[in-house]
Amino acid sequence: MIKILFFAQLKETLDCCELELDGDGIAEVKDIIELLSQRGDVWAKALNAEKLMMAVNQDLAKANTQVNDSDEVAFFPPVTGG
Amino acid sequence: MVVVVQQADFDLNQEYQTLIEGNQTDGAVVTFCGLVRDFNQGHEIIGLTLEHYPAMTLKALEKIEAEARERWTLGRVTIIHRVGDLDLGDQIVFVGVSSRHRKDAYAASQFIMDTLKTDAPFWKKERTTTGPRWVESEMR
Repeated sequence: MIKILFFAQLKETLDCCELELDGDGIAEVKDIIELLSQRGDVWAKALNAEKLMMAVNQDLAKANTQVNDSDEVAFFPPVTGG
Repeated sequence: MVVVVQQADFDLNQEYQTLIEGNQTDGAVVTFCGLVRDFNQGHEIIGLTLEHYPAMTLKALEKIEAEARERWTLGRVTIIHRVGDLDLGDQIVFVGVSSRHRKDAYAASQFIMDTLKTDAPFWKKERTTTGPRWVESEMR
């Protein structure tokens, strides 16, 4: 299973902080985005936002970053700390 | 190296002492402190809540620190970032860098803050006079 996490306004928009996906058919982060986008307009719009940031196993990642089973993948809006 | 994410406040003098105590090789210390200010992006601020990605924040800050060490000759480095509920005027973030010479200390502390603002998974939600709002990133 792949653990998926959402943070900040993205978590509120999706009303979801965490879910799990079967790793079958998932090779890259973009496969997760594609799969979750099928959940409806809200998900499709939020996960295809131009400035969306992502991380694989707590390292910043891109849509073409490889994902393996049991990885942790996180999606979040641009960070605003400091 | 000291990298900490905490809810509690920090003491500037204590952090400065940690950078200089028994440290006779470094002739320069640069410290930066970020605070909650009263007006942001057209909104009057009462306070803010800092959310983070707990499993990633320390890792991200340690990576930034390591990158800074690759680029400049540094002695001690301290990064403290607070999370949770903060009020107007509260301290949010501390970066302290010691080095043999001031150029490296200045450059590294600026690099650490700049990179923290684009790469470290923290998000500010402001409590404003017109209700709560997520701060929009002004980076990139």
